[in-house]
Amino acid sequence: MAKNNNSWFREKILMGRTFGEFIRDNITIGNIIALIILIFGIYAMVYRLIYGLGPSTNLSDEYPWGFWIGFDILVGIALAAPGLTVGTAIHLFGIKEYHHFARPVILSSLLGYIFAVFALMFDLGRYYRVPYLIGWSWGFESILFLIGWHFFLYINISLIEFAPVLFEWLDLKRVRDFFAKLTIWATIFGVIIAGGHQSALGGLYLVVPSKLHPLWYSVLLPPFFLISAIFGGISIVIIEGTITHKAFKHQIKDFDEEDFNRKLIGLGKAAACALYIYLILKLLDFAHYEKWHHMKGFYGFWYLFELIGFVLIPALMFTSAVRNRIAWLVKLGAILTAFGVIVNRLNVSLIAYKWYVPFSQKYYPAWTEIALSAGVVTMLILTYRFVLNRMPVLYEHPKYKSEH
Amino acid sequence: MKLSRRDFLKKTGLIIGTTVLTTPIISEAYTKGDDPSIYATGNKANAKVWKVYKERKEKHLPPPEEPYGILVDVSKCIGCRRCEWACNEWNQNPNKPLKEFEASVHQKHSVFDKIRRPHAGQFTVVNRYYTKEGTPVYVKRQCMHCVDPACYSACFVEAFRKTAEGPVIYNPHVCIGCRYCMVACPFDIPAYEYYDPLTPQVTKCTMCYDRVVEGKVPACVEICTAGALTFGKRSELIKLAWERILNNPGKYVPHVYGEKEVGGTSWLYISPVPFEEIGFRMDLGEKPIPEYSRSFLFTVKLFEVVAAWPLVFGAYYQISKSRKKRQSINEEKGESHGEK
Repeated sequence: MAKNNNSWFREKILMGRTFGEFIRDNITIGNIIALIILIFGIYAMVYRLIYGLGPSTNLSDEYPWGFWIGFDILVGIALAAPGLTVGTAIHLFGIKEYHHFARPVILSSLLGYIFAVFALMFDLGRYYRVPYLIGWSWGFESILFLIGWHFFLYINISLIEFAPVLFEWLDLKRVRDFFAKLTIWATIFGVIIAGGHQSALGGLYLVVPSKLHPLWYSVLLPPFFLISAIFGGISIVIIEGTITHKAFKHQIKDFDEEDFNRKLIGLGKAAACALYIYLILKLLDFAHYEKWHHMKGFYGFWYLFELIGFVLIPALMFTSAVRNRIAWLVKLGAILTAFGVIVNRLNVSLIAYKWYVPFSQKYYPAWTEIALSAGVVTMLILTYRFVLNRMPVLYEHPKYKSEH
Repeated sequence: MKLSRRDFLKKTGLIIGTTVLTTPIISEAYTKGDDPSIYATGNKANAKVWKVYKERKEKHLPPPEEPYGILVDVSKCIGCRRCEWACNEWNQNPNKPLKEFEASVHQKHSVFDKIRRPHAGQFTVVNRYYTKEGTPVYVKRQCMHCVDPACYSACFVEAFRKTAEGPVIYNPHVCIGCRYCMVACPFDIPAYEYYDPLTPQVTKCTMCYDRVVEGKVPACVEICTAGALTFGKRSELIKLAWERILNNPGKYVPHVYGEKEVGGTSWLYISPVPFEEIGFRMDLGEKPIPEYSRSFLFTVKLFEVVAAWPLVFGAYYQISKSRKKRQSINEEKGESHGEK
């Protein structure tokens, strides 16, 4: 029995190698860098658990939310939206030509949410009480309650959507077929849930009209967050697709670069549309609330920088790329867009939050905070690679090929 | 070697920090000169007040006719800081002898040099501001006990309650520690026990709920001999405040802070100088903070429940129909579906 288990482990986890071989094969520069980041990240986690939030972060009574919420949750969840956008387009609107993207996209959403919630555990003062939210004490008036429940539901939905891949890998046909039938319903439910909480993350800041800089504060914060999650999610699909199709070329037998580029350009088109809608809404918000008189000083400049540098320019890049069919420009636009989402979320949560506080007294993350976030991101990437190496995500499992 | 008092205190703080608390980080923080109340942990006042609230609820004791409040007459405050001492004493927060509190108003360098805010181990602070003429004005700061509190609507485990007596109280037994209440509070009042690694909690002024229900006045009001604090029914205090303003023309600015701010607060202030000059925010508006989230939650629910479902199902229906059409066309043409 033990021998049997061992061979299963060897077959599935070590991919047919012995443990020693597996370790030897994995000593690469990339992995060593990942290991170093992980060591610092895990140190930060342990330090946080032993000494508490005070010593391990720069949080204070004035700045109760720092880098962990701003980056891990707001940025992390926004960029984990591929499942919401591309996943929906494939399953719900039946855009078949993108079905190659379906599995990697669901996987990135699933891992994105799981690791965002994992990082959140370190930010919560009494992380072990998280189940209270689900079944003990309900704060129906809270936007955060809605978000908490939606995270919980969405992770389950993503699990259902991803389950067929897992059970193809484990070769359990009947279980796999059961979940394959559920996929479409999970997708429908997922759109509503994901749309709800992406906008609710923006809604969190609706209650701080007196603390958030008026250029960023808006009644439209929820739609802003939702739409930017859509183009952020599409950008991540483009970036991640480009990387995985390079790194895992050997898995895709009949890889047609031209066809792949055509699809990237199609994604670029969708991202451009979302960016323009966002820009128009931003301008409407700017005009309607007469925000021009706030356009002064650092924050005026910074707002303009964000809007032009990370919304208008990527939108124009995508437009040009789509019209002239240039794939590399789509990739560049995607990188800029994803970076823009990061800037936007950090602006709302940290930089423009309590903007009236002088710069010398403003919050900045402690090194442990950054190390922990970097560690979590590294874990996410390593897990993603682990799954891609083993499960039929990028390619079709030979046994289940006809059922796609 | 001569040790100044300050150095001596620092050194003792460091020694206490390293020996008693055994975490070196805290003693390091002491040497940075931060307010020691930031590092306090294990507050019991909030839990105690919650227990009283629960017991009263189980016994179905009748609520008072009207919620209570406290009127602060800023012009009467002399900066003796006795309210801080009494607050620490009653709520069992780290305390020092009363004389040290009373002394700071006469010292050249004192806690008044910095504008302070409540922290984990201190629920109320008295700040000093200077008017344009250079006369000092002392302003007590603590939880305002909003009529429609932001912390209540922010909390995702409903750890806050607005009691019928007026105080807004906090339940540490369900708190997960997300600290959204601190983000949402327009007055920046709730503080967090950041230096407790395992069982941290939010702490804030309880308006001495445990005293109020016994018919006593809050600890700070009881000890105030300057007449700056008046406890009573909120509606009567508003009347009293306006009477004072109108009966003493020129003495006060014609505004009762807390009457309408963010939908009204249990603590009310009248002041001889404009409120902006003594650390109050005048841009909070009269709309209760929870209203902002309520309208959003309603929209989201409406969107999710009413609009999204038929939309998505309709779309799905349409798609499956068109897909069937396409398939049948393909079959007519004799193209097999599996080929690519």
